[in-house]
Order: sequence, then structure tokens, then C-alpha cells
Amino acid sequence: MVPSDRRYTKDHEWVQVSGETATIGITDFAQGELGDIVYVEAPEIGKTVAPGEVLGTIESVKAVSELYAPVGGTVTESNAALAGAPETLNRDPHGAGWICKLKIASPAEADGLMDAAAYAALIG
Amino acid sequence: MSETIRTTPLHRVHREAGARMVPFAGWDMPVQYTSVVDEHMAVRTRAGLFDVSHMGEVAVRGRGSLAFLQHVTSNDVSRLAPGRIQYSALTTPSGTFVDDLLVYKLAEDDYLLVINAGNTPKDVAWLADHARGRDVDLADVSSRWCQLAVQGPRAESILAPLTATGLAAIKYYGFERGEVAGLPCLISRTGYTGEDGFELYAASESAEALWHALLAAGASEGLVPAGLAARDTLRLEAKMALYGNDIDDTTTVLEADLGWIVKLEKGEFLGRDALVQQKAEGLTRKLVGFETEGRAVARHGYEAQHGGRAVGTVTSGSFAPFLKKNIGLAYLPLALEAPGTRFDVVIRGRPEAAVVVPTPFYKRPR
Repeated sequence: MVPSDRRYTKDHEWVQVSGETATIGITDFAQGELGDIVYVEAPEIGKTVAPGEVLGTIESVKAVSELYAPVGGTVTESNAALAGAPETLNRDPHGAGWICKLKIASPAEADGLMDAAAYAALIG
Repeated sequence: MSETIRTTPLHRVHREAGARMVPFAGWDMPVQYTSVVDEHMAVRTRAGLFDVSHMGEVAVRGRGSLAFLQHVTSNDVSRLAPGRIQYSALTTPSGTFVDDLLVYKLAEDDYLLVINAGNTPKDVAWLADHARGRDVDLADVSSRWCQLAVQGPRAESILAPLTATGLAAIKYYGFERGEVAGLPCLISRTGYTGEDGFELYAASESAEALWHALLAAGASEGLVPAGLAARDTLRLEAKMALYGNDIDDTTTVLEADLGWIVKLEKGEFLGRDALVQQKAEGLTRKLVGFETEGRAVARHGYEAQHGGRAVGTVTSGSFAPFLKKNIGLAYLPLALEAPGTRFDVVIRGRPEAAVVVPTPFYKRPR
């Protein structure tokens, strides 16, 4: 359940780097903790964030939680499909439920984050 | 105060069922088993089974029982017949809530009060304090009872094969003593979901057997275990107040729009003078239902604004799984209480459009 093709944060976000693009989402563990997701407030295109800054907000029936930027960069795209179907985040958090893409300065930005094995150990 | 978290007699069963457990009012409770939306929809369309053994129960007996309960609650207990139940408030001298509760009349001079889990120690002390000098015997029997709720349109057909008690004869807010799956129970036609259903009170030792018997009997009817998260969204759609969210010792029973449980004509009770005065002077605020138009959810504690000015506070708010919209409750000035009135709720710093709507949000088809 923890894909090995990406990196992870302790806040249960994943980031997949391809060249200068970082695709960001939340993990299967995170969606399970949140429960039924009803709203995803994705960041605006063009917004620039530093690592750890709030990128967006995810609301489930039970709770509201922040999405933090795993890496710094500028938002180039957000997943428009989530507006009409936020439950995609529950169904396919590592795939169709991606939240946004950032333009990053270098692929090395994500190197300090956890790999799949370390994240799998974190969530037990 | 003990910091130890308490568990119901079904704690092990919940864990084995894979429930997500959370601390609630000092208890480790199942918040959901599969999905809050699925559990909510099961209760609206079929049936759900809830462990609500955390609720408190206080036995009130003795010749002074009626006079005592008339003194400490706002509803008129003299109108309650044996076998009937009354929703009421334990009131402070200011007409605010010590708690909201159900009063069961078991027999003359024999009542059972069902109170909120988190308030049980406070309520028991409050009751004991006000019972002093009266011919009343109080007993906190909370730990002796488990309480299971079967809620939903199929509740009666699920329960019927397990009991010889004539369920159809039990009217809403009525109860019978009987057996369910061979276990002695108080079978009460009540609930906190807005659906038809039953709350079963049994000896704590019976909890596991009762739970499994109900699930087995209900399997073919689509009965599923349901957690506290669904209980909360269900009660909100039905506009049933939650102590600590919508009502507490700073909100009066009248402000909470629960005037129907305030019986001023019954004579003296704690808070009566304050409520008479509030009624004469007119309310300044009232608990109203609203919908928000955006996808963001207005939640407990968020500010309500009108014309850019703070006018009140959201007390409950959620995505409503059956109605499929965002709903909430807020205390608003009386000038804004009419359905159709537009105001804003501040969500993460931004005013979001809201409109007052008639309540309950959901009313079950009859």
C-alpha cells in the first residue's frame, strides 16, 4: 500500500518528482484516518510555497486538516476533478487522487524525505 | 478526577470488528467501522447498530421523586405515565443547561434518568445536592447498564424475531420491559438519529450476547454497526441538540429553541424565574439551522457575520450525508432567524455565504 516510486512526509503527504515537476497527494493511510472526504481546497495556480507551508485544506465529514507542502515550489496545476468528486481521494489517493503539481528548483528537493520503507515503518 | 479512559462492555468487540476508536467524553469509543457516509446511509435506508453504553443512567426512587424531578427539570413530569419517556433539561437557576436528558417513568415513585456520558459525574453531584432534605433515593447505575441502539426503518422488523414483546404497541417515546434474545431488556422506542428505532438497556454482562444476536438477526436486513461519527451527522440532520456543542450552561433552554420542553405552567422549577423573565423581555438570540452554499464546511466555533459584523457562532456543522449538502446550527440574533435570511460564516478567514433554513433539515417519511 506504500508505492516505492515516491517520497513521503511525516504529515502523510506523498511527492513524486519527475524532472522539475513534483506531484503531491496524501497517502492511503491519511485518507483512512480522515474518513470520507467531502472537500479539497487546492492551491491557486502560481502560488509559491516553502517546504512545510500550507498548500491547501482537506475536509472530511469528521474533520478539517491542512495539506502541507512537502517541498518548496510554485503551483503549476491542481487536480480539477477533485472539485466534483472529492471522494476520489478516498478511492485512489496515490493515483487519480493527486492534489497538485509544483515546479521545483531541482529534483534533489525531495531527497531529504522518507522513502517507502521508512514511511511504511512510520505508519506501522 | 481520574485520567483513566473508560471502556464499554463491547470494547473488545469493536476492536475485533476493526472499528476506529477515539476518546469521547472520557470513553474510548468506536467513531466508525467502515465509513461514516456508509453507516449514515445504512441508518437512513436500512438500520444501524450503535453501542451507546457510555451514556449515564441515574435511578430516582422514593415518595419525593415526582416533586424532586419537577424541581430540577424544565418539562412537566406530572404528565408522564408509567411506560412513557420525556425529553427534558436539567436546568440551572439561570435557565441554562446542566444537561439534557430523558426521563423514564418506570412506575409511580420510580424513574430512570438517562444523561450524557461526559456530564454524568457533574449531573450526579448536582442531583444529589438538590435532593438533600427530600424523600428521594438516588443511585448512579451507569456501570450496571449497557445501551445498544438499533436505528433505522427496518429496526422493528430486525428486533421482532428476537422478542416476544409486541413492538408495534410501543409508541415513540414509550418503552416496555421484555427480553431480547433471551436477555432481560428495557425496550425503548427512542433514538438520536431522526429514524424510527429502539434503544435497548440491558445488564452490562449481556452486552456482547445482545450485540451479536442483533447483528446476526439484522444481517439479512442490512443492519451494520455504526459509530459515533454517523450518530453525530444523523442527529444533526434531525436537528437534535448535542450538549457541549449546541447547548451548555451558557445557553438557555429557550435560546436553544427547545421551548416545548419548558412548562412554565407546571409551577416552580430551577431556572423558571429566569426563563419567565427571558420570555417577557424577548430572546436576543436563537439556535437556527442553516445551509452553506460552498463546499467548505462550517464547523463548531466558527464565527457568523452579517454585513461584515460578528453576530453569532456556529455550534454544529457538517456535510450531511443523506441530504448531500453542508448544514449547521448557529446562535443568531432574533432579527436574523427567519428562513431565507442570508448571512456569512467565516471559514479559514473567508466569509462564506449561508442561508437560514427551516428545521429539522431531515424528517423521516411516515
